[in-house]
Amino acid sequence: MAFDYAPAPESTAIVNIKSSYDLFINGEFTPGGGTPFTTINPATEEVLATISEANQADVNRAVASARRAYDKTWSKLSGADRGKYLFRIARIMQERGRELAVLESLDNGKPIKESRDVDIPIAAAHFFYHAGWADKLEFAGYGSNPQALGVAAQIIPWNFPLLMLAWKVAPALATGNTVVLKPAETTPLTALLFAEICQQADLPPGVVNIITGAGETGRMLVEHPDVNKVAFTGSTEVGKAIQRQVAGTNKRLTLELGGKAANIIFDDAPIDQAIEGIVNGIYFNQGHVCCAGSRLLLQESIAEQTIESLKRRLQTLRLGDPLDKNTDIGAINSREQLNRIIDLTKSGEDEGAERWSPACAIPDKGFWFAPTIFTNVTQAHRIAREEIFGPVLSVLTFRTPDEAVEKANNTQYGLSAGIWTEKGSRILWMANKMRAGVVWANTFNRFDPASPFGGYKESGFGREGGVQGLGAYLNVEDPS
Amino acid sequence: MSSLDAQAPATHKGLHAFLAGLPGIDQVGAEARAAALGTRSIKKDSKLWAINTAISMVDLTTLEGADTRGKVKAMCSKALHPDPTDMTTPSVAAVCVYGDLVEAARSVVGNHIHVAAVATAFPSGRASLAVKLLDTAEAVTDGADEIDMVIDRGAFLSGNFSKVFDEIVAVKQACGTAHLKVILETGELKTLDNVRKASWLAMKAGADFIKTSTGKVTPAATLPVTLVMLEAVRDYYQETGTRIGVKAAGGIRTSKDAIKYLVMVNETVGEEWLTPNLFRFGASTLLNDLLLQRQRMLTGHYSGPDYVTID
Amino acid sequence: MMNNNDRVEIRKTHKLFIGGAFPRSESGRTFEATNSSGEFLANMAMASRKDARDAVIAARTAFASWSKATAYNRGQVLYRIAEVMQGRAEQFVQDIQNSEGVSIKKATKQVDTAIDRMVWYAGWADKYAQVLGNTNPVAGPFFNFSVPEPTGVVAAVAPDSPSLLGLVSVIAPIVMTGNSVIAIASYKNPVPAITLSECLATSDVIGGNINILTGDPADIMPWLATHADVNALDLTGITSAELITQLESDAAGTVKRVRTAPADPDFYATPTLSRVRAFTEIKTVWHPMGV
Repeated sequence: MAFDYAPAPESTAIVNIKSSYDLFINGEFTPGGGTPFTTINPATEEVLATISEANQADVNRAVASARRAYDKTWSKLSGADRGKYLFRIARIMQERGRELAVLESLDNGKPIKESRDVDIPIAAAHFFYHAGWADKLEFAGYGSNPQALGVAAQIIPWNFPLLMLAWKVAPALATGNTVVLKPAETTPLTALLFAEICQQADLPPGVVNIITGAGETGRMLVEHPDVNKVAFTGSTEVGKAIQRQVAGTNKRLTLELGGKAANIIFDDAPIDQAIEGIVNGIYFNQGHVCCAGSRLLLQESIAEQTIESLKRRLQTLRLGDPLDKNTDIGAINSREQLNRIIDLTKSGEDEGAERWSPACAIPDKGFWFAPTIFTNVTQAHRIAREEIFGPVLSVLTFRTPDEAVEKANNTQYGLSAGIWTEKGSRILWMANKMRAGVVWANTFNRFDPASPFGGYKESGFGREGGVQGLGAYLNVEDPS
Repeated sequence: MSSLDAQAPATHKGLHAFLAGLPGIDQVGAEARAAALGTRSIKKDSKLWAINTAISMVDLTTLEGADTRGKVKAMCSKALHPDPTDMTTPSVAAVCVYGDLVEAARSVVGNHIHVAAVATAFPSGRASLAVKLLDTAEAVTDGADEIDMVIDRGAFLSGNFSKVFDEIVAVKQACGTAHLKVILETGELKTLDNVRKASWLAMKAGADFIKTSTGKVTPAATLPVTLVMLEAVRDYYQETGTRIGVKAAGGIRTSKDAIKYLVMVNETVGEEWLTPNLFRFGASTLLNDLLLQRQRMLTGHYSGPDYVTID
Repeated sequence: MMNNNDRVEIRKTHKLFIGGAFPRSESGRTFEATNSSGEFLANMAMASRKDARDAVIAARTAFASWSKATAYNRGQVLYRIAEVMQGRAEQFVQDIQNSEGVSIKKATKQVDTAIDRMVWYAGWADKYAQVLGNTNPVAGPFFNFSVPEPTGVVAAVAPDSPSLLGLVSVIAPIVMTGNSVIAIASYKNPVPAITLSECLATSDVIGGNINILTGDPADIMPWLATHADVNALDLTGITSAELITQLESDAAGTVKRVRTAPADPDFYATPTLSRVRAFTEIKTVWHPMGV
């Protein structure tokens, strides 16, 4: 290797991880009554901290605190004042950005390059964006006096812990709701640091409550009768269970679930950028992305050479220490997730698809999976239908635009799609036909607080971001 | 891809069709890729290696109307021994001067490093073919073993690709054994699509190196433009088995910049290109910044302008 | 009903409206529609799960072309429905009087409002995208726009009262936005729905775009709520909290979008856009802007 990049580790001195963490209820840290659990660094398997588990009494306390804060404080503030608190939070997130990024990489396993350049800045941007809506709701198209719903129960996943928190908390608070949020059990630390930020911003107690725990805590939270709104991002399976749980209760619900997006490359695509789009689409964040471009649909005429170019490109991907600034592929978030990826990729081999990975030095400890390509995949393979949620790309081919559309839409999911072609009319034609909530043309995995995000079909309903995202948290008086 | 014999004049239609058939480039995507490569953090051993490599890739340049034999000789001394306080410092790859000062340069550098002459009515390229060929021939006679020519951008932008092609072929012939760098002047080509087309045209016509800029137009070398050229060189190698070099010239002033280019070379075409035979920096002030950074890495403390020579 | 003169009347057979045609229920079953005093009005077809299944197929087929119709075209189709309804106004008034037992004045008001409601939605067809869609100012060199698209096939239940106005208020926004609908008419007051079906059959509606079933929603809706080719449910006409809970739970199996009406709906008031929002999906498209 002529040009070996020396290790370039980001220092962890900036974070101060406590040995144990409490719940954050009513503006204070308070111990939970459940059984504490640990959160580990998936790159090293070392325990980072002990986390409280919220039991039923804690859930009740948290909801009561959110209710009290809503009734007595938050609903009485003007939109402008709510906005000011959100601006404060946005600023502090920017100020403590490096600290948040390091903590996120330690707890989640994602490369520091991503948490530093994507997760944290966009999370802060969400607070900034929604802060400005707080006093302008009458212009948003929901009537002249839209009201908040009350208390929102929010459950978020482990793939973008702080970013998902921002997507949930910012619009909820801007529209006048108070929240009880449960971060994922494998990635609670940035949410708990966010609680500190709420204190630093002097956010009125009870407006934001963070309760840690696993599935059971989430279930109790969703079940609580004094919750007005439930927002969930996570697996389709759990999403369906939640939808069943709230049936008949009048609780408003939005779901952001799984996906199996098609990334479609035509023979006239700007091919070098398309290769970057493929790589970004499935290997960014180790493929732990609901809108990942996990199905590559290549026009048959360019399939072979594109796969060769892709393989060549994959050889420059660097897998390893998430805190190394040159790492492109970090750790898989948990042993559980790793096992799931291993199982599904095995099924790919069993069903006859051809598997390839670049040579990768895999560290001894931690959870790792080399970026993988499966070629000769067809719609009938499990790896073409089921969400793997890992750095595994399934490659299929198509002959004509109609066929590309058919294959792309032939799924119970509908979160996102990618289209690569230089022909303008075809971009718009294809975008029109994609049954997906987000369509990226000649780009991929772009997020912005002003851009609504959400799915069709079993990828969920409701949108987050943009003016459309506000609707999920507002009560409009419909006459009929 | 159409088969174009680099030695024979191209048919206008065939060349047109070939260039039109090249894949397009999404500017936003290309810029994003170049910027992403720029976030690589190169430290310690790899940084020292990169600095030494960059120094060895510099074409130390002076191309001013006010150049004199004295000025050129001083620069050439520096080119041979860039850092008199540390004789382990690599020498640069070449010196780059106007054709009429080649003899002065040769008299100092001997055969130790290359002497590159700009030719073909540099920098504008606005002269007859006869004048351009004479310009080339005289520089070669005087001892230049590398010729940096400019393409006719007017012809390129008006779609007269055959004229551009034929000129390169003729200049290559006039070079004899001298190696030919073809300057695309990317700042005037404006679009990345044009840069890709011009790169392929130059390679098909016989260039040994493709070079970004004259340094007389802004913008000169940029990361996205160089990325596109490296991709063209990579694809050309896939197709023909021949490695063409790339020279990024103008606007690269700091070691940090230079290292970004090396990372880009490494991850786009591969480590085979990390040699002065296949990658060059056309620069003047860059060398001193490389030397300052090298001194800091070897001594442990920050250095200052008094510790590097002016050329 | 006996006419004034001695002529023996031809009485109507009240059938289902599926795929633009009027089939009987494949089950062969019927139920009695009665007036407000409990007297016999007509034998209605009792839709079965197979009828519902057929309606979904017809709806999905029609969706393919209806969703591609221009907004202008959709507005024209809805307006034509209103025109045809206007021509049948007298019959509608009689249907409502018979079914609901209200005065001619109240029945006329209901019919007028129903026709006006159809016109109101017709006028929205080429405008709601401008209100619900927009460009988004993202922080980068990208053109980013959001557009509302139809969700697909919607199964809807119309309220008992007002029988015609409620049915129109349910169907119009669903269809206006490019969706297909399987509407279950009021179980109690189904007769006006038949006249509406006849209006639809004689206007420019694509066969299968709007399907109207008569029968017991409690029987039919569970099949539609679990049907994987139905995208959304409109539970407006269901008042039983238990049935709502069951259907919302059934819908979860395929992550359907579900809309329920407010507790005490006033169909005479100008609607908000909530029904339009409920049955559209927002699609957001990004494209780089570069040379």
